[in-house]
Amino acid sequence: MAEYKLKTPLSDEDVSKLKSGDIVYLSGVMYTARDAAHKRLVDLIINGEELPFDVKGTVIYYVGPTPPKPGNPIGSAGPTTSYRMDPYAPILIEHGLKGMIGKGKRNEAVKDACKKYKAVYFGATGGAAALIAKAIKKAEVIAYPELGPEAVRRIEVEDFPVVVVNDTYGNDLYEEGRKLWEQK
Amino acid sequence: MRVVKYEDIVKSIKDMIIYSTTHLAPDMQKALEEAYENEKSEVSRAVLAQLLENAVIAKNEWKPLCQDTGLAIYFVKVGTDVKVEGGSLKEAIYEGTAKGYEEGYLRASTCDCFTRANLKDKAGYNLPPIVYFDLVEGDKIEIEYAAKGGGSENVSRATVLAPAAGKEGIKEFVRKVVSDAGPNPCPPLVVGVGIGGSFDMSAVMSKHSLFRNIGTPNPDPELDMLEKELKEELNKLGIGAMGMGGTETVLAVHIETYENRMCHIASLPVAVNIQCHSSRHSHITI
Repeated sequence: MAEYKLKTPLSDEDVSKLKSGDIVYLSGVMYTARDAAHKRLVDLIINGEELPFDVKGTVIYYVGPTPPKPGNPIGSAGPTTSYRMDPYAPILIEHGLKGMIGKGKRNEAVKDACKKYKAVYFGATGGAAALIAKAIKKAEVIAYPELGPEAVRRIEVEDFPVVVVNDTYGNDLYEEGRKLWEQK
Repeated sequence: MRVVKYEDIVKSIKDMIIYSTTHLAPDMQKALEEAYENEKSEVSRAVLAQLLENAVIAKNEWKPLCQDTGLAIYFVKVGTDVKVEGGSLKEAIYEGTAKGYEEGYLRASTCDCFTRANLKDKAGYNLPPIVYFDLVEGDKIEIEYAAKGGGSENVSRATVLAPAAGKEGIKEFVRKVVSDAGPNPCPPLVVGVGIGGSFDMSAVMSKHSLFRNIGTPNPDPELDMLEKELKEELNKLGIGAMGMGGTETVLAVHIETYENRMCHIASLPVAVNIQCHSSRHSHITI
């Protein structure tokens, strides 16, 4: 179990050195999107249209924050459950997405895409939303404002704490961790 | 007949929502501290430490513990000798909910189940809530409130077993629900189990059981024992905090049954309502 500090955008080299269970502190720009926004992003790709942000090397954070209090860039902002993005993630990974941050299990298609195109699924601590918000220094809605909390935001983060759940080698922290502690 | 003012109910509900979503319930705080002490996996301990730190930040800054500030769920007991002046109790609950969520900078999470459009403009901010009313003797209004997030609701399940399945069948069903849920509902969890009544009532009871404070024993000794057995068995699953693997998956199992443990002679309804570690529940008596 290693610890890394990484800056976005992420390269193939960055993600290839990560193994499930590693702790990573991410800094730089990333984008937020939940399932409603993912559906629109994938529709754009299918129709050959331009995305509202460059997906190459990008990290997407699965979050629908609370409204910011005056003076704060963002409200509380913990991860949402990731399986809802499973139908859309592989095509984004194919187009260069390098990291996803959420919580909970991914399906085989997402794990396979992580292996094939080199991308990583990070887990953040669900319910640690006030703590995680501290790592988000700036936030700006850049697409789909009508989706409210589900709008796409460009966020700037500093030392955003995550754990590698699915790496580029097919490992899965949830499966390994559970096997280690399961009592038959 | 005692008279309660509509505006007073609105304000009490608003204040309760803002406090409850930013201050971890004392029973959950204690349970997480104990889990942190007992957890044997380092990864899960690190997660629990983050949750305790999160609770401090949320409390100090009056910031939501979790961005999913939930659907507003109410169980309301209305005394037959109390009357609301200036509007109906139901309207007061709706208005208090909208005000609490909007003025508290909480998330509006209600949407149309087909179009998925947020309902804040059509119905009101985070409206409508889910409200269960019950009539009781007396001149008080008792309101229990919970902010119930979507992640733990999504893995909750209900079934109707054959009576022959018995206690073992109930245990097997609960184990399957928690095991299948794995990391998704944000463990460590409180597992609410409603047994008996009807198909729908078992689900309502499973939700209501989550209002009981962790550590308060079940008044029925047989069910208390079943809760303890289930907790021990569920913790053998090894899921751990946020599913990272560990020994502390379930903080408590709460079982609720209908009056006289009733159900139909042909049925054994069982419902499991999962509560994440961000348990936000409180109650007021007006």
